[in-house]
Amino acid sequence: MVNVKTSSGSDALTDTKEISKDKPLLEIRGVSKKFGDFIAVNNVDLDIYQGELFCLLGGSGCGKTTLLRMLAGFEKPSSGQILIDSQDMSEVPPYKRPTNMMFQNYALFPHMTVEKNIAFGLEQDGLAKAEISDKIDSILKLVELQDYKKRRPQQLSGGQRQRVALARALVKQPKLLLLDEPLGALDKKLREQTQFELMNIQDKVGVTFVVVTHDQEEAMTLSTRIAVMDRGRFIQTGTPTEIYEYPRDRFVADFIGSANILDGKVVSNLEGIIKVSTYLGKFSFKSNSNISKGSNLYVGLRPEKISISRTSSKSTNITGYIDDIGYFGNTSRYKVRLDNDQIIDVTAQNQKRPKDEKDRLTYEDKVQLSWDNSSAMLLLK
Amino acid sequence: MSSVKKEKNLSTDLRYYISLSADKLQSKWKTIVIFIPFAWLLLFFLTPFFIVAKISLAELVITSPPFSKMIEWVDGGVITIRLVFDNFIYIFDDPLYARTYLNSVKIALISTFLALLIGYPIAYAIVRSKPVTKQLLLFAIILPFWTSFLLRVYAWMGLLADQGTINNILIYLGVTDTPIRLLYTEFAVYIGIVYTYLPFMILPLYANMEKLDGSLNEAAADLGSGPINTFFKITLPLSMPGIIAGSLLVFIPATGEYVIPDLLGGGNVQMIGRQLYNEFARNIDWPVASAVAIVLLLLLVLPMAVYQHYQAKAAEVK
Repeated sequence: MVNVKTSSGSDALTDTKEISKDKPLLEIRGVSKKFGDFIAVNNVDLDIYQGELFCLLGGSGCGKTTLLRMLAGFEKPSSGQILIDSQDMSEVPPYKRPTNMMFQNYALFPHMTVEKNIAFGLEQDGLAKAEISDKIDSILKLVELQDYKKRRPQQLSGGQRQRVALARALVKQPKLLLLDEPLGALDKKLREQTQFELMNIQDKVGVTFVVVTHDQEEAMTLSTRIAVMDRGRFIQTGTPTEIYEYPRDRFVADFIGSANILDGKVVSNLEGIIKVSTYLGKFSFKSNSNISKGSNLYVGLRPEKISISRTSSKSTNITGYIDDIGYFGNTSRYKVRLDNDQIIDVTAQNQKRPKDEKDRLTYEDKVQLSWDNSSAMLLLK
Repeated sequence: MSSVKKEKNLSTDLRYYISLSADKLQSKWKTIVIFIPFAWLLLFFLTPFFIVAKISLAELVITSPPFSKMIEWVDGGVITIRLVFDNFIYIFDDPLYARTYLNSVKIALISTFLALLIGYPIAYAIVRSKPVTKQLLLFAIILPFWTSFLLRVYAWMGLLADQGTINNILIYLGVTDTPIRLLYTEFAVYIGIVYTYLPFMILPLYANMEKLDGSLNEAAADLGSGPINTFFKITLPLSMPGIIAGSLLVFIPATGEYVIPDLLGGGNVQMIGRQLYNEFARNIDWPVASAVAIVLLLLLVLPMAVYQHYQAKAAEVK
C-alpha cells in the first residue's frame, strides 16, 4: 500500500542537510508574467529557505528562466510579489538587489581578465583595493583557478569559464545566487564532476542557490528541493525522493526518470483506500483524496522496480517476450511484449558478468516479470 | 593476428593518402579564390597608384601629357632613368602646403569627432529598437545615397545661403535683422562633411553594437553596476572596433574631400583636395598634383598601418 502525498513539502523524506525553516529567505507570492497574450509564468507561489539548493526543473518554454529573471530583476512580474528577506523587490532594479546570477552563456566580459571580471562586482560596492584582491584570491582558490588571474575568458576552456562565472557571482556574497543552466554548456563527464563541485562550494559558502535546469538528473543530484514546471505552473514541489517516488501526475512521472504508464479506473474509494484496476491487475493505494469511483487515472511503474528472469516463481506477476534490448553496460533496458501486445519497460542491473551467450537474456526470450505492488504510483491525469 | 594488424595498417595508410589529396585539392581552390581579389587590386588599385607615383617623380613640360618621361632610350642603346624629387621638395618648402595639409587633417578630425558624437547615439538607438522600426531606421540611414551627392551639397547651399531657407526663417522669427553668414565658412564645411559621412559612421557602429551580447549588460547590472557605469565600462570598450572602423571611414575621405570645401567653403577654407584640384586643373601641373596626392596617401596610410599592426597583434593574443 502506498501513501500518496497530496501536499508537498513533507519532512518525511527530506535530506539530512540542515535548513532553517523559521522564515523563508525568498517568498514568491502569486507571481505571473505575460508577454502579450502568452503567459510565461502563471500564478506561482513558492518559499525558499536559507541554505537551500532549489531547482526549477522543466522543459524549454516552461517559464523557469523567466521566473529566474524576475528574481534577478531583469523582468518585472505582471502581477504578484517577490520578497527577499521580507523586502519587496518590485521597485528594486537588478543592480540594487541582493542577488547575483550565473548566466547560461556565462556572460564573462571579454575585454577583461579573469581577475578584472571578478573585481567588477566588488568595485561597484566601493571596496578597498586590498580587500578586493584578497577576496579575488580566496574565491579563485575556492574554484581552483589561482593560476588563471591574468587570462582572458577567450583563453579558457568551457569548464574554466563556468568556474569564473561562478566565482564572479559568488564573490559578492549574495543572499541568493541564481544559476541559469549552470552545467548546460559542459560535456557529460565534466558535467557530472562539476555537479559535485557545485554542491561542495554551496556547502562551504552557505549561500542559497536557485538553479534553473532542464536536466532532471542534474536536478536530482544537486538539489535539496525541486519544483517541476510546465506551461508556467508548478506541477509539483518536493525533495528529489518525493518527486521521484511519489510523482503527483503523469507529467511528473514521465518527466523525472521514466515510467510504464498504465490506464486505470478507480474501482472503489473507501476509508482512505483507493483501488484501481489496470490490465496488469488491481493496485491499491492509501490516499485521503476524494477521487470518485469510476474516474480514470494512471498507475505508474518504474522500469527498475520490475525484475525480469527466465525462471518463474511465486512472485511472478506476468510473462512476456523480449522485444528489444538496450545494453548500457551497468544496466540493460528491456522492452517486454505482453500477450495483449502492450510493451513494458524493464531495467535490470547487470550484477554478474554472463558466463556465455546462453546466460544472457536475448530477443524473443520468454521472461517472467515481477514487482512489488507497493512500488506502483498513483498518478492523476 | 599479424594479418589483422597488416590490414589495419593498410586502411590507415589509405585514409592518410585520401586526406592528403583532399588537402591538395583544397589548397588549389584556395589559391584560385584568393587570386581573383588579388588580381583585381593589382589591376585597379596598385597600377593607377604606380602611375601617379611615377608622374610625381617627373618634371612639368609643355607636352601632352604634361610631364617628362621617366625612362628614355638614348641613341646607342643607353637607357636613362630620370627621377625628379623637386616636386616633393617644393611641397615641403612652401608653407602653404603644410598649412593646407594640417587644416585638412584638423577639419577631418573635428568632423569625425562630431560624426561619432551624433552617430553613436543613433546607432545605439537603432540597435535597441524593435525589428520593424530597426529596418525602417536603417533604410532611412541609407536613403540619402539614392540621390546624387552633388545634388545634396547644392541643397545645403540653398539652405545655408544669405537668402537661404535658414536665414529666411531666422529673419522671419526676428532672431536677426541681417542674414547670418553661413555659406562659404568653415562651419558650412563641417555641416557638409558631417552630414555626408554620418552614414559611414553609423553603419559600422550599428554592425558592431548589434553583435554585442545583451547578457553582458545584464551581467554588469546584476553585479551592481548602474546604467551609466555599465555604458562606460562595458558597452563603450566593446564597441571600440566599431568606433575605429567608423572613424576611419569618415576621417580618410574627409581629409581628401574636394567638393564640399569647394562648394560650401568657397575660397575661404583651405583643404588639400581643393589644392590638388587647383594644381591639376588650373595650373596643369600634373607632377606637383601627383606629389600632393602621394604625400596625402602616406599621411593617411601610415597611421592606419600602425593601427592594423597592433590590431593583428591583439588578435594573436586572443
